[in-house]
Amino acid sequence: MNTVATAVSARAKKLSQRRKYELLTRGLGWDTTYQPMDKAFPFDTFEGIKIHDWDKWEDPFRLTMDAYWKYQGEKERKLYAIIDAFQQNNGQFNVSDARYINTLKLFLTGISMAEYASHHGFALAGRNLRGVSARIACQMQAIDELRHAQTQVHTISQYNKFFNGMHNPAYMHDRVWYLSVPKSYFEDAMTAGPFEYITAISFSFEYVLTNLLFMPFMSGAAFNGDMATVTFGFSAQSDESRHMTLGLEVVKFLLEQDPGNVPIVQKWLDKWFWRGYRLLTLVAMMMDYMLPRRVMSWAEGWEEYFEKNGGALFNDLARYGIRMPKYHDVARKEKTRLSHEAWGIFYNYTHAANFHTWVPEPKEMDWLSQKYPDTFDKLYRPRLEYWREQQKAGKRFYNKTLPLLCQVCQIPMGFTEPDDPTKICYRETEYKGDKYHFCSDGCKDIFNDEPEKYVRSWLPVHQIYQGNCFRPGTDPTAPGFEPLKEVLQYYGFHDGMDNGEFLDSPDRYNWEKWTSKSAVAGDRP
Amino acid sequence: MADSVFIAFQTNDETRPIIESIIADNPKAVVNRMPAMVKIDCPNRLVVRRQSIEARIGREYDLGELTINLVSLSGNIDEDDDAFILHWD
Repeated sequence: MNTVATAVSARAKKLSQRRKYELLTRGLGWDTTYQPMDKAFPFDTFEGIKIHDWDKWEDPFRLTMDAYWKYQGEKERKLYAIIDAFQQNNGQFNVSDARYINTLKLFLTGISMAEYASHHGFALAGRNLRGVSARIACQMQAIDELRHAQTQVHTISQYNKFFNGMHNPAYMHDRVWYLSVPKSYFEDAMTAGPFEYITAISFSFEYVLTNLLFMPFMSGAAFNGDMATVTFGFSAQSDESRHMTLGLEVVKFLLEQDPGNVPIVQKWLDKWFWRGYRLLTLVAMMMDYMLPRRVMSWAEGWEEYFEKNGGALFNDLARYGIRMPKYHDVARKEKTRLSHEAWGIFYNYTHAANFHTWVPEPKEMDWLSQKYPDTFDKLYRPRLEYWREQQKAGKRFYNKTLPLLCQVCQIPMGFTEPDDPTKICYRETEYKGDKYHFCSDGCKDIFNDEPEKYVRSWLPVHQIYQGNCFRPGTDPTAPGFEPLKEVLQYYGFHDGMDNGEFLDSPDRYNWEKWTSKSAVAGDRP
Repeated sequence: MADSVFIAFQTNDETRPIIESIIADNPKAVVNRMPAMVKIDCPNRLVVRRQSIEARIGREYDLGELTINLVSLSGNIDEDDDAFILHWD
């Protein structure tokens, strides 16, 4: 009798989510006895972070494993139903125009592969943190990031059947010059300690910066008719909002645990703000130049998501003694220049990229003038118009010299002085008799703080000059040796198909043949 | 002026009653509709109430379900089985 009554009342009264989370994260952990805890978790002390009570770490969503699988399963079902519909409806031809597809090439090789790197990083951080809640949070996030990489590859594979440059993203990610920007970013984080990793990725990147990637860009994908990308983007972003929340909780947890943690965390926030901001350069040019139908400019996105929303966040953190990240003022000065400078770099080097570049159509330049009244007409329009004339005359400009790269962010040194948009910003430092170059004070400071780490950077241009970017068996002394052609082979590119000017590309030709629509329709009324 | 918190959802039939509930429960909320996405900003504090959503959808609702269609948010979170609160203070 009693047993039945107990069972009935237990069924009637469900455990609250808070109680379930407590049982998962407080009841299931144990301390090791065969080996001391410090030997089982050897990497969570060397960074200098002091944790007195791991139980203070809480996931604000209080997600338990059963709820996690239930919600994630539902997200997957929704996503794959849409991918089916997209494929069955030839959705790849319903996007605004064929130039748009170049954003997906950049996304797949740059961002999707970075999601995979992030999966590695969280698996590693989960292993190395000794708090149970922290380990569970890292485990969920590691699975999320793997899901993102997989769903993005699945979705974009439909485009790969019709367009060039998307055939081998993981291979490219490990070799191609500009892909060393996201690759080195995650490897920098992963080779730090677990607390720096989680501060870098969960907080500085996901909380402070990724809204700029996933909100205006994914909304932009929808606006450009790309049903598949907006769906995987928002499906990933629904996990991302959980990661962001966790990022804020992590930082607050570290700051509350010990006053000695505050300067360490501040240093990481300074470093990873600048690293993340430089990484987002790719997003800036996607928003301003690569979406044929535009939702908002990079500068508007920066104002909304960093200056306003990020500002509120740092106001809130001020009570812990945390200030705005160093050089946020430089990012503000650069916001009307960043996308234009980046597009200029890729226009120069598109013969060595797996996506195409182009000069914006006249109406698109008018949009840029309107969004960037102080800079576009004065600084960037004349150059674009000159390039257009050259291209029309059959002299499309490609820069045949390899660029100097920044030792830290690995972006070609094309950024300008914070207070002079007509002068390239060069910074340098000497370390053990060698000279190192930087695009900014932000990157230089990061190097100076950990020179032994960054002297080991795998800089693509240096590697090409050292002869490390040719296929095995290549003889650079052979007559008629063409270094650029050899490097493209090493990258796995199809020269003349994946690279170069959009207007000369097979993608353009095929689009017009298959759809009978203009490949540069742009913002046509 | 108080700093704003925000919450953003995908635009779809599941989020429509959620957004309606938020607007009803937060008179100062500002709704920005963008392609495929709705972003709601609110000075200082925004509350999502389970009961308000349940009254609109006619079934039991678990606030954990918010994450299915959530795009992004900003602010400190207080959550229990009845309310999901974002705040700066």
